[in-house]
This record gives sequence, C-alpha cells and structure tokens, in this order.
Amino acid sequence: MAAIYSLYIINKSGGLIFYKDYGSSGRMDTNDSLRVASLWHSMHAISQQLSPISGCFGIELLQADTFDLHCFQSLTGYISLLFFFLSKKVTRMIQGTKFFVVCEPGTQHMEGLLKHIYELYTDYVLKNPFYEMEMPIRCELFDINLTQAIQKDRVALLAR
Amino acid sequence: MQFFGGTEISPSLPASTASGNNGHMMYVFNRNGVCLLYREWNRPLHTLNQQQDHKLMFGLLFSLKSLTAKMDPTTPDKANLGVPQLPGQGCSFHSFRTNTYKLTFMESPSGIKIILVTHPRTGDLRESLKYIYNLYVEYVVKNPLYTPGTPIRCELFNTTLDQYVRSIS
Repeated sequence: MAAIYSLYIINKSGGLIFYKDYGSSGRMDTNDSLRVASLWHSMHAISQQLSPISGCFGIELLQADTFDLHCFQSLTGYISLLFFFLSKKVTRMIQGTKFFVVCEPGTQHMEGLLKHIYELYTDYVLKNPFYEMEMPIRCELFDINLTQAIQKDRVALLAR
Repeated sequence: MQFFGGTEISPSLPASTASGNNGHMMYVFNRNGVCLLYREWNRPLHTLNQQQDHKLMFGLLFSLKSLTAKMDPTTPDKANLGVPQLPGQGCSFHSFRTNTYKLTFMESPSGIKIILVTHPRTGDLRESLKYIYNLYVEYVVKNPLYTPGTPIRCELFNTTLDQYVRSIS
C-alpha cells in the first residue's frame, strides 16, 4: 500500500521539471504528466483570482474522491500585478516553483514532507553548478536523497 | 533553515467570527454552466464583474474535475484529459483549501453543481451541501412557478439558505 502515489515539481511558468511515480495504478505517460502539470499551474492561478479575501496564495490541499493533493509553492517567483480596469483594483498573483504530492486521502504531515523536499531541492538542485534553472531536474544526489526521504516517511507512517 | 520560521510571510488569517457566520459566497450552476444562483455574505474583494466571475468559477470546476479524473491513482484506465464526463463518472473532488478560503463542491446526478466558499478552518461540509441540495429540491424544484434552467428567484429558498449558512461553523 503506497501512502504517496506520485510527486511533481513544476517551474514558475508551469513546465514540469520533475515527476516521479511511487506505484499508482495506470501511471501516466510523459505527455499526460506534462499536460496535468500545466493544467494544475493554471488552476492554481485561477484559485488566487477567485478568492473572496485578498492575499491568497493558491490551492494548498485538494481533496478528491480517491486521493489528496498537497501543494507547496516556493516563495521565490514572479509576482504579477493584475490591474482590473472595471473594478479599478490591483491584485497580486504569485507564481513560484510548485511541489505537489498525490497521496491517499487523509494522509497527515504532508506539508512537512513537502518542505523537506523543498530543502532537498535547494541543496542538491539549485546548488548544483551544472543545473540550469527552469530545466528538468537530472541530479543523482537529489534522486537518492528524495528516495530516502520518501522511504523514511513511509516507515514513519507504518510505525504510527 | 529559517525559511519557514513562521507564518509571518503570509498575511494573518481573517479571524473566524465567534459562532458560525463563516460563509463567504455560494454558487449554483446547472449542467450547462448557467449560474442559477449566486449569494454573497462576506466578500470584500471583487476582481472581476459578476458574469466573468461566474464563468471563471465554472471553468475552474470543470478543469479541476478533468484533472482529478486524469490523476486518479486507483483506476488503471482513464479517459484522456479534457474529455467531457457525465456527472458521477470518473474521479471527482469534493473540496479544496487555500490560505484564505475553502471551497466545497457537490454535483448531483442531474448535473446541478453547488459550490460553497467558506473560511479555511471550516470542517467537512459535504453533509451541509447535501442539506442545501435538499433545500433546493424542496423550495425551488417543487415551486410550480419556477422554470428549470432559469435563475432562482424564490424568497423562501433565499431566507432559509441564509439562515442555514449562518449556522455552519
């Protein structure tokens, strides 16, 4: 039984830069994962626009019938200012690198895991001199540490 | 690492009012995407005009539904992304949460979509939406003067709804 089904990382402009599947049935092919990632990017932006209160940073948790999707957005990214002519208002839209996991419904402590993955990303991807920003992630150390983190999370979940 | 030291970066959450009164707004759409009802209780921020707002909301729900249907990790064969699906077909979603609001969504088999936007700390509202759907059946569908597919103008429905939403905590 897998607690975490898959992990996605998308860059500031909505391109998929990392996708890993941890045992979901009927895994997606490359084209579908790219499409899903960019769709999520747009839905995330629209959710900021529909907020009844200002200061919305987008969807953090989506609860579907068979899975939960937890999303974490890094604080560095574009801040686009949208000026609405009719209402004469300005809203900020924040678009950073997004990390999201698909997991079983009701899985706890996913925010912590996502923040840990973000730390791994800063340590092993951003500090890698051969990594080009916004490009797909191909860093061995990141892969190794990520696998460890997910394993640890799974063990902790079983022990609970 | 001190990047996540606190929550100061995001603006502090609007304080949840003492008892109930957590509802921001509510939408009812029919299966063609016509907005049958829009109620607003507490919405300080308006970015779009009303018609565009309804369109954007319907678009968001439609796309999120096709996204969840495609992402569903438990079924091996899924339709392609964006293929229209009947109500109840494929994996749907029931709520999402951002730092400023929570949106709960319900779709009836006839394609009526009820959307309730509340304070992010509210609990599971699936039962509440079912109750609202029952109110809709009682006060709107059974109203002989109501033509299906037109915006809802039933005084009794509105007052009962307002009362009920005020009681949601």
